[in-house]
Amino acid sequence: MKYEAVIGLEVHAQMLTETKIFCGCSTQFGSGPNTQTCPICIGMPGVLPVLNKKVLEFVIKTGLATKCSISPYSRFARKNYFYPDLPKGYQISQYELPICEHGYIEIVVDGNIKKIGITRIHMEEDAGKNIHEEAGNYSFVDLNRAGVPLMEIVSEPDIRSPQEAVEYMKKLRTILRYLGVCDGNMEQGSLRCDANVSNRPVGQKEYGTRTEVKNINSFKFVEKALEYEIKRQIKVLEDGGKVIQETRLWDSTKGITESMRGKEEAHDYRYFPEPDLVPITVDQRWIDEIKSSQPELPDIKRERFVSEYSLTEHDADLLVSEKALADWFEEAVKLRGQPKAVSNWMMGDLMRLLNAENKSIEECPLTPNQLVGMLRLIDNGTISGKIAKTVFDEMYKRTKEIATVAIETAYLFDIKASADVIVKEMGLTQISDES
Amino acid sequence: MELYRLTISELRDLLDKKEVSVKDVVNSIYQRINAVEEKINAFVTITKDDALKRADEVQKKFDLGMAQNGKSVLGIPLAIKDNMCTKGIPTTCSSKILYNFVPPYESTVTSRLMEQGYILIGKTNMDEFAMGSSTENSGFHVTKNPWDLKRIPGGSSGGSAAAVAADECVAALGSDTGGSIRQPAALCGVVGLKPTYGRISRYGLVAFASSLDQIGPITKNVRDSAILMNILSGNDPLDSTSAPVTVPDFTAILGKDINGMRIGIPKEYFIEGMEEEVESSVKEAVKKLESVGAIPVEVSLPHTGYAVATYYVLATSEASSNLARYDGVKYGFRAGGRDLMDMYMNTRAQGFGAEVKRRIMLGTYALSSGYYEAYYKKAQQVRTLIKKDFEEAFRQVDVIVTPTSPTAAFKIGEKTADPLQMYLSDIFTISVNLAGVPGISIPCGFTSNNLPIGLQLIGKHFDEESILKVAYAYEQTTLWHKRKPDL
Repeated sequence: MKYEAVIGLEVHAQMLTETKIFCGCSTQFGSGPNTQTCPICIGMPGVLPVLNKKVLEFVIKTGLATKCSISPYSRFARKNYFYPDLPKGYQISQYELPICEHGYIEIVVDGNIKKIGITRIHMEEDAGKNIHEEAGNYSFVDLNRAGVPLMEIVSEPDIRSPQEAVEYMKKLRTILRYLGVCDGNMEQGSLRCDANVSNRPVGQKEYGTRTEVKNINSFKFVEKALEYEIKRQIKVLEDGGKVIQETRLWDSTKGITESMRGKEEAHDYRYFPEPDLVPITVDQRWIDEIKSSQPELPDIKRERFVSEYSLTEHDADLLVSEKALADWFEEAVKLRGQPKAVSNWMMGDLMRLLNAENKSIEECPLTPNQLVGMLRLIDNGTISGKIAKTVFDEMYKRTKEIATVAIETAYLFDIKASADVIVKEMGLTQISDES
Repeated sequence: MELYRLTISELRDLLDKKEVSVKDVVNSIYQRINAVEEKINAFVTITKDDALKRADEVQKKFDLGMAQNGKSVLGIPLAIKDNMCTKGIPTTCSSKILYNFVPPYESTVTSRLMEQGYILIGKTNMDEFAMGSSTENSGFHVTKNPWDLKRIPGGSSGGSAAAVAADECVAALGSDTGGSIRQPAALCGVVGLKPTYGRISRYGLVAFASSLDQIGPITKNVRDSAILMNILSGNDPLDSTSAPVTVPDFTAILGKDINGMRIGIPKEYFIEGMEEEVESSVKEAVKKLESVGAIPVEVSLPHTGYAVATYYVLATSEASSNLARYDGVKYGFRAGGRDLMDMYMNTRAQGFGAEVKRRIMLGTYALSSGYYEAYYKKAQQVRTLIKKDFEEAFRQVDVIVTPTSPTAAFKIGEKTADPLQMYLSDIFTISVNLAGVPGISIPCGFTSNNLPIGLQLIGKHFDEESILKVAYAYEQTTLWHKRKPDL
């Protein structure tokens, strides 16, 4: 029998606010244990939470960008469970009345656009961190992360393959980064993903029994963990067994998922409305204000790049995957036109050099102006396309050297590392046939 | 002169005229505490050294003329219920689980009093985590009613009410979730005001049931309540449930004519099981009010019969969550254990008293999946109906008058075996918390055994002025509040 996977993702994104969701503590990553805490985020008796307005703004931005409706009236709720990293014995989250609902994200599957529904987006606080001592009979609790704002973005079960899940995660990450609401770093845990996975015979309407896979902490593992879990379930089904509804943990070193707890052991979180916080009412004027200050989002930008610069869908898609990349591109094109040439040099040589050093476009030493200077030399026949590759590499190398010793170096690039200078110094001028 | 007998406004007068010093006042209070505290046991912590130091500081400021203007509690010794956090001073909620807890922060109410130069006399005993109506649920000791040492002072703010009644402080703060200020005030013969929910910041008040808890004053007369309300009220950025509502001068209304004011008598409040002397005193009080111009009107609060049940679902649900943080991990009492779960269970088993455990279990049950709809959700719906009852009644009247408690103070141990009987002690006060409206209890008579009886006046949302006005007018026509227990 042929099976079809049904996947829904629950994504937790740490928000890039300066301070925590319900107190004034810093959210900075990597400080000494328990140094970024106060009576509120460590849950001392008698203290009260007060909502950070920036958190609300960030989640509304995200809701608008994913075509959600923004609820004019929403509430926080308490999710009750005991764990040492949860100082109050409950997490302040949202349950019955989330702030955003009924949106979608578009991904490209086999060249076609597919909508993945967003069920809801809500705000909640992160928990602290338990650090277990191997030798001793004790653990440490670091509450710096307790109270860091999270949004939980829950998708509809619209995803049909691990590859689609990766596309969805990538697209979501791009949107969050465009909005500046999350840095999207899966390895550091600022973007985390749990997956609900089930399988059903192709053509069947009803969903199969699902499992929840936790602890997926990189894009690579989204694909691997889902591939593993789908295969595992299909094997169970083909052997005449039944998939058990349970929570499973992805073990990236073993490359398998393992049972964590069954349905019977599932927590009863005893959700109820948080009485310490008044219901959130959002007025339309504020939503409109936020809407008008939204950046151009990747889908719109891609369409514009295709129509305005006649790029292929594929090139445009790559360029808009990071806002900084798209900005770099547009700056170069503004200086000299030639979008196709700029795009080719960026996608080819520039990416090759950056990838070799594991650098992002934000860390790129070269300026758009330098690339444009080189394109000019190709155009006026001073250098050939082949020689240009040598010039480009040299330009990158020299710029990097200048950038490491001087701080305000942009003007130095044109004196010491422009294509003109390099061509002259290295004697790379093209010998024209006429001479 | 027995300074400890005086009220805030009387002491203010003497202090401002420099007839007495802050230290005279503070010393007088501690002499009184020395004399009677052994009998009453109103306090959990007495802060004498700090208080004397503070008296010197305040006196200095006072002498330099730096502080007196408008500072009505400057140099006035007050007691604080032990569920309000006081920086550097133990705050135990009368629970073993917090027996060694010293908060590193100050509650908003005590910060406000501190800005005004009050002197903290001590922290008062209470039912553990404010759960109870007799102060017998204290994890430390039982407080006695100054009017009869064999009887309970009411609760949960029993320590505060007994301390005020026994003149061990000039006034005190209590907290009221289902009657915990008004019922002990009634049983100890003093004035207790539970303000509108949201009128006073809860920041630093250790939560029992967050949607019902309110802090309020317990005082020797109505004027002192108004004076404290002026200081305590107002929006606080640290408590988002505190309302951004303007605060009037509550003392300005005192003495204004109540002629023509309509006072509602809810027919559902004169029930079977109410002591006859309580009923007759309250009816007498209504007549008194009528004699000074008030117009009695019968009103109906039809959902009154559901209030106690509703309250015990909602309050325990919230409590089960609010008390989850006492796990022995970060502060307070910790018991040993084989592993984490064992440590949690031992800590909570040994740290909490029986009533607290009972309520945590009730609340956990009410919130559990499969029961939530039938209990918590249903109770929320009934709460809305109770709120509407009051809104409806307040269309016809300005204030509502009821007994505060169906009985006068009962004997120590009399109701401990029967929690339901104990819960009914708050039958007249609980609806007020559910509706979020303000209520005040004032002395309105004595039983034949010389036990105080309380009259409750209930007002509209954020209309403490009307109940203070009527309470003051009543007080002017009686001498009940002047009577003192014989200690």
